[in-house]
Amino acid sequence: MTMRRGFLPISIGTLLGAAIYLPLRLQAASSQLASHSLPPAEAGGVVVGLCDGETSIEVPWLKPGQRMTREQARAVSNALMAKWRQRHSNAEWQTAQAQTSQPGATQPAAQQGQAGATAPAAAIQGGVYERLTPREQKIADLETTKFIEEGKEIFHNPDKLGGTIGLSCDMCHPDGANTHPETYPKFQTQLQRVALLRDMINWCIENPVKGKPLGPDDPRLRALEAYIIAQRNGTALAYGKH
Amino acid sequence: MEERDRLLRALRQIDRRRFLRVSSAAAGAVLAKGLVAPHSFQLVEVASAAVDKSWAQTGAQGKPPFTFAYISDTHLYTKRLNERFVRGALKAVEDVNALDSQPDFVLFGGDLAQLGRADEMRLGAEILKEVKAPVKMMVGEHDWFLDMGEMWQQLFGPPSYSFDWKGVHVVTLMSVNEKDFWTARHMSPDERMHTVAGLDNGVQSRFEVGEAGREWLKNDLGKISTDTPILILSHSPLYKYYRPWNFWTEDADEVQQILQPYKTVTVIHGHTHQMLSNRIGNISFHGMLSTAWPWPYAPEGLPKLTIQMDRADPFDQFDACGNGRFNVAEGGLIDAVYNLWDRNPVTITYRHLASSGAEDRPSAPKLLSY
Repeated sequence: MTMRRGFLPISIGTLLGAAIYLPLRLQAASSQLASHSLPPAEAGGVVVGLCDGETSIEVPWLKPGQRMTREQARAVSNALMAKWRQRHSNAEWQTAQAQTSQPGATQPAAQQGQAGATAPAAAIQGGVYERLTPREQKIADLETTKFIEEGKEIFHNPDKLGGTIGLSCDMCHPDGANTHPETYPKFQTQLQRVALLRDMINWCIENPVKGKPLGPDDPRLRALEAYIIAQRNGTALAYGKH
Repeated sequence: MEERDRLLRALRQIDRRRFLRVSSAAAGAVLAKGLVAPHSFQLVEVASAAVDKSWAQTGAQGKPPFTFAYISDTHLYTKRLNERFVRGALKAVEDVNALDSQPDFVLFGGDLAQLGRADEMRLGAEILKEVKAPVKMMVGEHDWFLDMGEMWQQLFGPPSYSFDWKGVHVVTLMSVNEKDFWTARHMSPDERMHTVAGLDNGVQSRFEVGEAGREWLKNDLGKISTDTPILILSHSPLYKYYRPWNFWTEDADEVQQILQPYKTVTVIHGHTHQMLSNRIGNISFHGMLSTAWPWPYAPEGLPKLTIQMDRADPFDQFDACGNGRFNVAEGGLIDAVYNLWDRNPVTITYRHLASSGAEDRPSAPKLLSY
């Protein structure tokens, strides 16, 4: 398989997804991901966008909602790739390939002997964290933020905490102030044992908030921990500090 | 659980006899839990030796010095839901009634109710009826934003008013107005109240005295000479401490400008639930403690002159809460006495603020807020 062929399954998959992009442009799944602003169709066909967010071509014989055959899709993706290659150097092609999460996307032997005027992009080792694409990193961040937001909601809501007297955490800890998650583990004299953050969360839920302490796998406890820790992002760890 | 039910049943009808039984039962319940016996308010007499010094040094204006006490930020929930804050309020009333020489009056500093409900306010009124000295009421945002002050004004009268007392012109100023944030969001009164009740949601508007309130203040002060000492009672601080938590008055600069010509001005405010002091130009600012719960110090904006209180022990429901009193010397120079429950009392004298913290330094905690 040539390197071009190796790229093809990905581009076909992308194009089939991109084929539903009407000239009016559909938003990505999350409003926070950038959307590809496609130019309007001028020849009455469908404008297909490449996953780089910039390149597009119009397929004049394609009608909106029409499914392409595999051969047709391949022809369209070839044309799209050709247009991309017109604008980008060979070196960028190397880097783009290396950055896909396709296993085995290593630098092909055919390219190694090439003495280009510009140095080719350095090959990566291919560890799982450096192979994360910008899109995957964005999704990971969004999921984390969402989890912290869930914790924030519970933190501010007596009912979600399981409290019985109308108190919620934010009443003594606005924005998570004075929770000091970075100081655990510490010996809590009043409990007569070493406490973790979750022990204090549960003590507060049981006592001032008058609810039932949350079990260790309770999603609420995990979300509350996430929110409290996130509010102290950047603070140095200092276990044992009072 | 049983003792809680008994307390709740007893609270249903408070008259003087039952009040004494209920409040001592509440205190008994606290003691039975092995908590430290609360310091009597009387210990303040020891601290006031320093206060007497400043009293002697003020200029003679022919008016006698006086004392008034305060109870603030009780945040009462409806009886059947939550008795935790009721205990705090009762404790404060006990303290004030036990003062050896009774204060001239007792200021209520705002936030009587937690969610602005009529039953919360009536419960608060019942509890405050047991105060021996006359009570001056001040409104807080928790009292106002369910029905925009309807019930409060029915029970306690207008939110802004003034009176003269032994040579001092006292102004209670409504300072927790907010620009309309609820209509555009189609909020119900309940939703509006819950939004205002949350300190950190950032949805509510910032507090302000407002144009009408400032006009009223200007007119009220226009009647007195600039030599007359002024005491402003306000719920919001009338300066800018920390905007995200509404420890803030949006038109503070304009209000301070109105107060600028007057020689001796003291602002006493609620809302912040912590030991807090500031001085801006000719104005001294003192924050009052809450009987319900303490707020932590804000991450920024804390006035340099503030002597911090050590943060609360979460295992003691009364710690870092309390009440206090103000000793007004001749010339309207005011010393603030903080009666922190379960801790030693602290006095912030007029001279401490006027000397930018150089003189009369009270004890400061070893561990500062972080």
